[in-house]
Amino acid sequence: MEVAVLAMLVGVVLGLALAMVRMSGLKSITWFAVGWIELARNTPALLQLFFFGFGLGAFGVHLSPFLIVLCGLSFNNAGYLAETFRGGFNAIPPTQIKAARSLGMTPTQAYTRIVIPQVMRVVYHPMTNQMVWSVLMSSLAMLVGYRELAGETQFLASKTYRIFEFFLVTAVIYYFMVKLILVGSRLLSWRLFRY
Amino acid sequence: MDSVSVFTDFQFSDLGFLAEAAGRTLLISVLAISIGTVLGCIFGWVLSATRLAGEATLGVILDVFRSVPLIIQLILFYNFFPIIGFNVSPFAAGTIVLIFYTSALVAAVARGGIDAVSANLRRASRSLGMTYWQDLRYIVWPIGLRAVLPSWAGVALGVLKDSALVSVLGYVELLRASQILITRTQEPFLILTVVGAFYFALSFPISRITARLERRWQYD
Amino acid sequence: MIEIESVRKSFGKLEVLKGIDLAVDKGEVISIIGASGSGKSTMLYCINALEPVDSGRIVVDGVDVHARDTDVNKLRRNIGMVFQQWNSFPHLTTLENVALAPRIVLGKSREESREIARKQLEHVGLADKFDVYPSRMSGGQQQRLAIARALAMEPSYMLFDEVTSALDPELVGEVLDTLRLLSEEGMTMLVVTHEIGFARDVSDRVAYFHEGVIEELGPPAQVIENSTSEQTRKFLANVR
Repeated sequence: MEVAVLAMLVGVVLGLALAMVRMSGLKSITWFAVGWIELARNTPALLQLFFFGFGLGAFGVHLSPFLIVLCGLSFNNAGYLAETFRGGFNAIPPTQIKAARSLGMTPTQAYTRIVIPQVMRVVYHPMTNQMVWSVLMSSLAMLVGYRELAGETQFLASKTYRIFEFFLVTAVIYYFMVKLILVGSRLLSWRLFRY
Repeated sequence: MDSVSVFTDFQFSDLGFLAEAAGRTLLISVLAISIGTVLGCIFGWVLSATRLAGEATLGVILDVFRSVPLIIQLILFYNFFPIIGFNVSPFAAGTIVLIFYTSALVAAVARGGIDAVSANLRRASRSLGMTYWQDLRYIVWPIGLRAVLPSWAGVALGVLKDSALVSVLGYVELLRASQILITRTQEPFLILTVVGAFYFALSFPISRITARLERRWQYD
Repeated sequence: MIEIESVRKSFGKLEVLKGIDLAVDKGEVISIIGASGSGKSTMLYCINALEPVDSGRIVVDGVDVHARDTDVNKLRRNIGMVFQQWNSFPHLTTLENVALAPRIVLGKSREESREIARKQLEHVGLADKFDVYPSRMSGGQQQRLAIARALAMEPSYMLFDEVTSALDPELVGEVLDTLRLLSEEGMTMLVVTHEIGFARDVSDRVAYFHEGVIEELGPPAQVIENSTSEQTRKFLANVR
């Protein structure tokens, strides 16, 4: 589970960076961001994991299973989050900035006090969904040899041949974890967004 | 002494192997998307029409499909049947799970689409004498569809990519085929790129088209 | 004829209609005026069963609107309604908007419905907008489209719910002119409106709604010009 959280954090940072590069309009670097984003969003997550596993392996770079999952999921998260952030920024009408500047705020103040809080509101729900997604995707780790929840289950199940029962328990655990994230997110949003 | 290499290079015939596997990916995806969409629309309508009661029953069930990793759902479903005495093929298990998974996602989308049609519009159509079903068919469906087509396309493309997970049951779709080839040819980068290109070639144009359609319809 | 007898209606704890009695004869134009929240729109919605009543009866041409076995869809074919928000169907052209209901509800052929639509659109002055989508038209034009759409069903009665309230001032006139035209053609109309001038010039009778009851009912000369009710005079003074 830690992988999912880490991958989300890294994904947010990278996604923000990608979004800014994308919105900068500088042709020389936007292609990089666009390439990353479109690759992440248009190919299976598992394939992306395989790239970090087998793909890099071809070049002699052998990442530990943990790193494979972390890199793969972060790559994936960053791509989706970049689009989420870009949408969030685009959703704020430019008149907001005009209004802020005309009140005498500096660009920095206008952004941090007016734009960013509103962007947060717009992207909060998609970010929660991405977190859930990250947790669900972390189960793919079992296919690249990293033993977190799903992989551990598989290991135990194969020893006892009670595949169904073990995975049923795992399914229930995932279900409640997702519910926890959603409830926690809802509570947090009430604290954060009082307006 | 020369060692016998068990690895062979990537050959032309391997492209055929991959193509066949790609066909299976498409097959399973198309089945899941088409049947899942029909089911999802029905579920979505039920959820919209029954409000809280529907949420508490059907809503909770569908929610399970979205809260458990797909891979776990596949493994569970596949391993359930031996317990009660018979086996299902990986293809059948994979397709059925994907169908229900898709229907859960589409239900949420469909429900959003129906709710997006303002109550005022529906009042207007009912006051013209249309029946409930006529209103649904001639007013809600066209307008709701336009509202959620991009979301639905996102779901469909997601299912296309998720079909890769059926490989875990041993079904030789595209990703599994790539693993097999990688083991044999030891050319992972080449093969993964080819396979990635396939998914990309399907997914990218469709998502672009729907994005453009969405922009165009916003001025409707 | 429309007979409204002792109708009461509440939304939750709030009683909106506290016993309404009104009889509308064929060919009559009745304007309904009053403050927001006095129950005027709710009254209209009860007539064509868009809202249920808690007690009382509404009888249209001998049919009890809220009886269990009443075919509501059939009833609504005979009662046209135009809303404050015109509610034009955005995915259809103007012509298709008007032709849809005659085709699918009245079962007319495609050609026949289009003919009817053309006729009604010319009637309201939108002859040059057949293939235009509603989103490209002004509010006043969309409202006239809504009127044509309701007229295409050839109803005996037309209900208008504050149809000019959402319009820019310069567009109000064209819609009121259309209403005036209809009244001259003998349509039976119930018009909820804030346009006192229209109420005075065009109606046969005016009903002033106040807090859920009809405070005063009578010809415009009486209700608007020479009201003896203090409440009515107060309302009119505020509105003028």
